[in-house]
Amino acid sequence: MVEQLAEILNPYKGERGTLIPVLQKVQESFGYLSQEAVSQVAKFLRVSESEIFGVASFYAQFRFTRPGEHSVKVCLGTACHVRGGVRILDTLQRELGIEPGGTTADYKFSLERVACFGSCALAPVAVIDDKVYGRLTTTKAKEIIDQHR
Amino acid sequence: MTFEEIRSRAIAEWEDLERSTKPRILVGAGTCGLAAGAEAVLAAIETELAQRNIEAIITQVGCIGLCYIEPLVDIIKPRHPRISYGNVTPEIIPRLVEDYLVNGNPCPDLALGTIGDGRIEGIPSLFELPVLKPQVRIVLHRCGFIDPENINHYIANGGYSGLVRALGMKPEEIIEEVKKSGLRGRGGAGFPTGQKWDFCRRASGTEKYIICNADEGDPGAFMNRSLLEGDPHSVLEGMLIAAYAIGASEGYIYCRAEYPLALKRLAIAMGQMEEYGLLGDNILGSDFSLHLKIKEGAGAFVCGEETALMASIEGKRGMPRSRPPFPAQSGLWGKPTNINNVESWANVAAILQRGAEWYAQYGTEGCKGTKTFALVGKVERTGLIEVPLGIALREVIYDIGGGIVGGNSFKAVQTGGPSGGCLSSDFLDSPVDYESLTKAGSIMGSGGMIVLDENTCVVDIARYFLSFTQKESCGKCVPCRVGTRQMLGILERITKGEGKPEDIEQLQRLAETVKNGSLCALGGTAPNPVLTTLRYFRGEYESHINEKRCPAGVCQELIAYYILPEKCQGCQICLRNCPVDAIRGGKRMIHIVDQDKCVKCGTCLDVCPPRFSAVVKVSGEEVTVPEQPVPVESIKQE
Repeated sequence: MVEQLAEILNPYKGERGTLIPVLQKVQESFGYLSQEAVSQVAKFLRVSESEIFGVASFYAQFRFTRPGEHSVKVCLGTACHVRGGVRILDTLQRELGIEPGGTTADYKFSLERVACFGSCALAPVAVIDDKVYGRLTTTKAKEIIDQHR
Repeated sequence: MTFEEIRSRAIAEWEDLERSTKPRILVGAGTCGLAAGAEAVLAAIETELAQRNIEAIITQVGCIGLCYIEPLVDIIKPRHPRISYGNVTPEIIPRLVEDYLVNGNPCPDLALGTIGDGRIEGIPSLFELPVLKPQVRIVLHRCGFIDPENINHYIANGGYSGLVRALGMKPEEIIEEVKKSGLRGRGGAGFPTGQKWDFCRRASGTEKYIICNADEGDPGAFMNRSLLEGDPHSVLEGMLIAAYAIGASEGYIYCRAEYPLALKRLAIAMGQMEEYGLLGDNILGSDFSLHLKIKEGAGAFVCGEETALMASIEGKRGMPRSRPPFPAQSGLWGKPTNINNVESWANVAAILQRGAEWYAQYGTEGCKGTKTFALVGKVERTGLIEVPLGIALREVIYDIGGGIVGGNSFKAVQTGGPSGGCLSSDFLDSPVDYESLTKAGSIMGSGGMIVLDENTCVVDIARYFLSFTQKESCGKCVPCRVGTRQMLGILERITKGEGKPEDIEQLQRLAETVKNGSLCALGGTAPNPVLTTLRYFRGEYESHINEKRCPAGVCQELIAYYILPEKCQGCQICLRNCPVDAIRGGKRMIHIVDQDKCVKCGTCLDVCPPRFSAVVKVSGEEVTVPEQPVPVESIKQE
C-alpha cells in the first residue's frame, strides 16, 4: 500500500491546494480513505490527520469504510423527488436490506443517496457502477439489482 | 501556425464533412442520451452498417435539448436535409438503415423533423416545432451539431474568432463591449458581468485568477453539464477572453465530480487548445499567457458559493467567508479573482464573436440575451431549453414544455433550486427575468425549472428543499445551521400529520432569522421554498395541520391505499408484486390491503391493470372494504 500511495502522491509534490485531489486519487485507487491511507497522506503533505479528516468529512464524496463491489446511487434531486425517487430508494433499501450509506454484509452492494446527477429529464434515476438508469419504476429498480447479483 | 491557417484547415475539414459522399449519422451522446440508451443504439448502428457494407460517418454529438425523446439519431444523406429521429431503439435501426439509407424512404412516422434547407414530405422542420420555435439558441447553438471532442468543428463554426477579436482590442474595450451587451451573471445572482471584470481589472497586483464555476449543485438542473458536454470550447474561449481583459494568467475550472463526461470533454478540449497554441504561454503568438487547471468538486453544494469554492480549490473545507473583501480584491490565495458561471463564459464568447449589439437585441431592457433552463418535473416535454429573457412562463411551460403530463393541472413552477421558490398559476403570464422572479419571492437561479402538478405536494417540496439545505449547510453561521434544522423539524411534523396551528407563524419567524443571520446565499435564501409556498399555498399547509390530510396524496403518513371491492377482479397481480406481503386475497377473491403492514410504496396502484383500476390512494378518508377476502362474485361489480 505504501508504494502504491507514493505513486499517487509523488506527482503532487510542491503544488499547493492539493489535499482534495490527493484524497480523490487515493479513494479512486482504494475505494475509500482508510486510517492508514490518511496517515500516509498526512505525512506526505505535512498536515495533521485531524485536518485531513476535517476536510474529508466535509465533502460528501469521501468515505471512510470499505464500499461494496457495486455502488448503487439513487438520485434524490428535485426532478427525481417529484417523480418518485423516494419510492425507488425505499425499494432498493428493502431489496438490499441496508440503509443509504450502508454496505451489504457480503460487500456486494453499497447504497447511497445523491443530490443530482443532472439527468433530470429521465427522472427518476439511479446510477449503478457509473451507468445511469433512467425512467425507473420500483419493478425496474428491482430487476436492475437482480442483474447485478 | 497562425490562427488564419488553423481556421482554414478547420473550415476545410468541416466542408469536407458537409460535402461528404457518405451518409452521416449523428447520435446524441450526452449523459442524458447515454442514460436513455444511446450506447446500445450506437452499437446497433455500427453492426447494421457493417453487415450491409455501408460506409458512413458516425459522430457522437452533444445534447440538442430534447431529452424527452432521447435517444436521438440524426441522419444526413448526401444532398438531403438532415433528419432527426427520436426515441430511437436498437430495434428500429435496421429499419432506418434499410428504408432510408438503402431505399430512400425517410420513414416520416419515426422522424421528428428536418434541420437545414430543403423539405421532405411528411416531415416538419425541426426548429418550427412548438418545442423549439420559441427558443433562441446563443449558447447552445453548436450543441448537437458539432463533435465536442474536435476543436476543428468549433473553429469552423465561428469558434475562437471572439478571442482573436479580443486580442486585437485593448482590455478596457473588451470590458466596455461586455458591459454594452448587458450580460448579467448566469449563475443566478445576475450581477453585471462587465462591471465585475472591471473591479478585478482595477484591483492592484499582477497575479490574478479567473475561475469557471461549473459546480452545478442545484438538484434538478443540468444546463451547465449539457453545455460542457456539447460545446466545451465555447466556455473555454469565454475564459480566455476574460483572462486577457482582466490580466489573469492562471485559472481554474471547478467542476462537479458527478459529471465525468463533462470533465473528460474539458480535458480533451484543453489538450487540443494547447496543441493549437490557444492555451499556455504566448497564446496565438501574443504576450498573453493563460494556464488552466481542472479541479474536481467533492460533493458539497455550498461550494457553488464563490468564496466557498475558492476555499475548496485551496484544499480546505468549503466554507464561505464574509464579503468584503470581494474576490475581485482578494480571492483565491488572497489574489484578485474573477469567478463566472459556465453559461456566462459561453455568452462572453458569443458576444465577442458576434458583437454586443447583436447580443443585446435579445431579452428585455434590463435583462439582455438568453437563459438556458432545465425544464423538468411534470411537463410533457422535459429537456434543456434556451429562451430569450422576458419570455412568459406560460410560453415556456405550455408551448415549449407541451403542458402538464397526463393532462393534469398545473400547480406551481419551482425556479432557482433550493434558493428559489414555488410560483403559483398567478405568475404564468409573468416574464422570466431576474427582477420579476425576485419580486415574486423566487430567484432566477442557475436555471432549474421544475414544474409541479396537482399530484405534487408543496409542503413536501418545502420539506424536501429544507432537508437539502439543512444537510448542505456548512455550519458556520448559527442561524443557518440551527435554523434550517428547526424549520425542517417543523415541516417533517406537518407532513406526518403532527403539525400544530402555531407552526406556520413559527416557520415564518425562523425563516426571517435564517435569512438575515447567514453570511452566504445558501442560508440567505434557504427559507425561500418555505416562504413562497406559505405565501401562495397556505391552504395546503392548513389541510395538513388541521385536517391531517395531504390534498396531493404525497405525504406517506397521511395517505392510504385501498382496493375497491366493486372493481377488484381477484387477479392477484398486486398481491404478487407487493414487496411486504401486505395484500391478502386469492384467485378470484377480493383483495384487501392490510393497512398495518402497508409501506405505502404504491406498487399495487402501479401494477393494477388499467382495465380494472381497482387500487385507489386516499388521504383523509376511509374506504369500506370487507374484513376478509371474499369471492369476487359475492360483491356487486361496477
